[in-house]
Amino acid sequence: MTAVAFTINGKAVSVEAEPETALLWVVREHLKLTGTKYGCGSGLCGACTVHIDGKAVRSCQTQMSTVGGKKVTTIEGLSPNSSHALQKAWIVEQVPQCGYCQSGQIMQAAELLAKNKKPTRKQIVAHMDGNICRCGTYPRIVRAIERAAREG
Amino acid sequence: MNKQTNQASVATTVTRRGFVEGAAGLMFAFTLGGLGRVPDALGATQVARINAWVAIGTDNTVTILCPSAEMGQGVMTSLPLILAEELDADWATVKTEFAPANPKVYGNPHELFKGAQITAASVSVPGYFTPLRVAGAQARRVLIESVAAEWKVPVSELSTDKGFVVHAQSGRRISYGDVAKFASVPAELPQITAADLKKPAQFKLIGRKDIGRVDVPLKVNGAAKYGIDVQVPDMVYASVLEAPVEGAKVEVLNLGDVTKIKGVTKVIPLPFGVAVIGDTVEATRAGRNALKVKWDTTGAVAGSTDSDKAKEDYARNGKDPNAKTIVEYEVGDAATALSSAAKVVEATYWSEYCYHAQMEPMNCVAKVSEDGQSAEIWTGTQFGALAANIISGILKTTPDKIKVNQQMLGGGYGRRIWPDAAIQATILSNITKKPVKLILTREDDVAAARPRPMTHHVLKAGLDANGNLVGWHHRLVSENVDAVAAPPRFEATGGKDYIGARGLDQALYGIRNVRAEYVRETRGMRVHAWRGIGSGYNKFAAESFIDEVANAAGKDPLAMRLELTKDQPRAQAVIKAVVEMSDFKRKRPGRGMGIAFSDYHGTLSAGVAEISLDRNTGKIKVHNYWVAVDPGLVIQPDHVHGQLESAVVFGLSAALLEELTVKGGAIQQSNFNDYPVLRMSEVPDIHTKIVTTENPPTGMGEIGVVAVAPAIANALFQLTGKRIRNLPMSLDRVKRLLA
Repeated sequence: MTAVAFTINGKAVSVEAEPETALLWVVREHLKLTGTKYGCGSGLCGACTVHIDGKAVRSCQTQMSTVGGKKVTTIEGLSPNSSHALQKAWIVEQVPQCGYCQSGQIMQAAELLAKNKKPTRKQIVAHMDGNICRCGTYPRIVRAIERAAREG
Repeated sequence: MNKQTNQASVATTVTRRGFVEGAAGLMFAFTLGGLGRVPDALGATQVARINAWVAIGTDNTVTILCPSAEMGQGVMTSLPLILAEELDADWATVKTEFAPANPKVYGNPHELFKGAQITAASVSVPGYFTPLRVAGAQARRVLIESVAAEWKVPVSELSTDKGFVVHAQSGRRISYGDVAKFASVPAELPQITAADLKKPAQFKLIGRKDIGRVDVPLKVNGAAKYGIDVQVPDMVYASVLEAPVEGAKVEVLNLGDVTKIKGVTKVIPLPFGVAVIGDTVEATRAGRNALKVKWDTTGAVAGSTDSDKAKEDYARNGKDPNAKTIVEYEVGDAATALSSAAKVVEATYWSEYCYHAQMEPMNCVAKVSEDGQSAEIWTGTQFGALAANIISGILKTTPDKIKVNQQMLGGGYGRRIWPDAAIQATILSNITKKPVKLILTREDDVAAARPRPMTHHVLKAGLDANGNLVGWHHRLVSENVDAVAAPPRFEATGGKDYIGARGLDQALYGIRNVRAEYVRETRGMRVHAWRGIGSGYNKFAAESFIDEVANAAGKDPLAMRLELTKDQPRAQAVIKAVVEMSDFKRKRPGRGMGIAFSDYHGTLSAGVAEISLDRNTGKIKVHNYWVAVDPGLVIQPDHVHGQLESAVVFGLSAALLEELTVKGGAIQQSNFNDYPVLRMSEVPDIHTKIVTTENPPTGMGEIGVVAVAPAIANALFQLTGKRIRNLPMSLDRVKRLLA
């Protein structure tokens, strides 16, 4: 067990964990930031997507030994008061149904908009294809990303 | 104020007689015993709880209880909205809470469930529609009568306006919250009749496109709480290596290095699997992965079940004239009609086992009391009352000693009806004497699947000399879902299968002679309800076969459907609507167009698929899918469109991709790598249309699934002249078909 120091949603933290522990479980169970979800544990579904230094990663595939000194952002830290353009668009388009995958969807989409302000539909689909939504809200996810890109 | 405590104490004093009667007609005699005593508490709690469903706070907050589970189907909004409509509440002041698991008060009076508090079969809105309207109207009346007494004016001079009681003559207005400060709830609650309820033209909330779902804002910032998010003080974690087969026993348990893993405190072999208990979730998962278990499946019914080999038996039983059959639907005399027909068309169809693949793996936090006589659980469940019942049996106590704390469901689709995770967590808490948080790995969630059954269908149709469809025979060969998932109904119906046989009937097609029957297979698989239930595969077979019959009769499949539904105007309306929106008759080069029609628990729908095909890979690409639906009165139009989009994606996934295989009773798949579900790149443009009627509301959760597979199969036939008769229409099956 070693202490890993990193930043989460702008706050410095130090967590005792085995080096091979997945960041997902540290975020959810140790730090109680439960917006990030466990879906498959194998990097297949994207429900656990967070940002590390601005890059979208699967937290279930990210070992704590690689997190030291990094800046981690979870859905709870994406914006204060759900004010990110994607969150606003997600509400306008009434995207979520069961909602379980949506933190991961939004974090994945946020990476796209950060590097590509006006993505084409093809770029959106290519970027989002690793994120499963079993409720099938894909059409609304696309519409919400396009709306966020449009409205900023 | 403590609403939870209030709810529970009030709830136990209410009887369900009123709701059951209320559902039957529109003369509502609410028998809300004990509620008359609630006003005693008004001053202390600052809330007027007028009936079991609604409380009005002095701060104007209107709290409405939702009896159903929220799994994305929107009931947390649509049900309270129905009550708020008749209460004439200001929607901005309405708060929703989950009702406790107490079927005597909150059971669904729908004829399917007869008072059971279960969220399934798309009947929350249809079942609760009338009771909630009555509860809202009743609460409104109580407020008006209280104001009349206070202001000393006749009730007839008072009206309401969006959260206010209004006396037009004097221009006085008082908010519901201010009324709650002095309101008294009479010992006998006012009687509400049909005439007291609003006419659709008077609706201010129902049917509004601009009212969003109340759970949506919580689902864009991580705030929504699911079962898997719950933590309670002093809890330990559990991971269970699930037994691969129901009834398997641990033969050899090799602990290996499990006990050396830091944080693992216990390994417990149990009938359902081997549990690893520990201080952290990661320790229990590492422990679960390190276990080496040899299972003895000799005593398990499913121990010898092999899905490929079983097909030989299914095929034989499909043909066997002496096979024991149970009739699920019959009109006229199909046997005679077929034997005297000018032409008989026959075909057989298949579908495979399917996994729910709900995104939140099964989980539960359970806390059994020290004396083992009561328990509290936290989980997202479609059937909390069943969980309470089963758990009370395990603890040898009574259901009222089990408190179910309902959470959001990360997908249900039928998987969260059976409370297996709650049962396992409770057993583990009882053993460890600590609160236990059990989270299944995705692999264990697959191993513990409660799949849609594998099915075989034998269809025969008789045509007269003019090509008219005069006889229809549909034999379903399958495990009986009711026998596993609803044993009391299975017993009560003499062995029928309500879940598995849905969609076998041809009630809306005017065929004079129909026999739909099933032959029961017993394979020991834990077959359960899966979004769309039997209609998913039965309509795949029947709606594909209708096209085959039309082809054999030299008729156009659309024309045949319109002819068969000529006495069903609502059915015709959705068929015509989808034909128009898809421009169905227009030929597209290189594309196939297929249509299918289905009903589901009173909702009517038709779908059209436009596909192309990669003949080298066997990949069917769906470019467009159009769907028209008539669900009667629409509570939330935008959400009805959302449910249709969702169900179409679910239906596409089942039609093209999803398949579990079984060997030795064990499911061979383990995660999304070998059980793929539809991803964004495979989604067509989905076009949805509501055909508005003023019929009572029917469900919207599943109807959209049903027509997808047959519409695609019919499109494939139009494109290639080849008939695919298997689900899923996977690459290898399509290639074999074309070879």
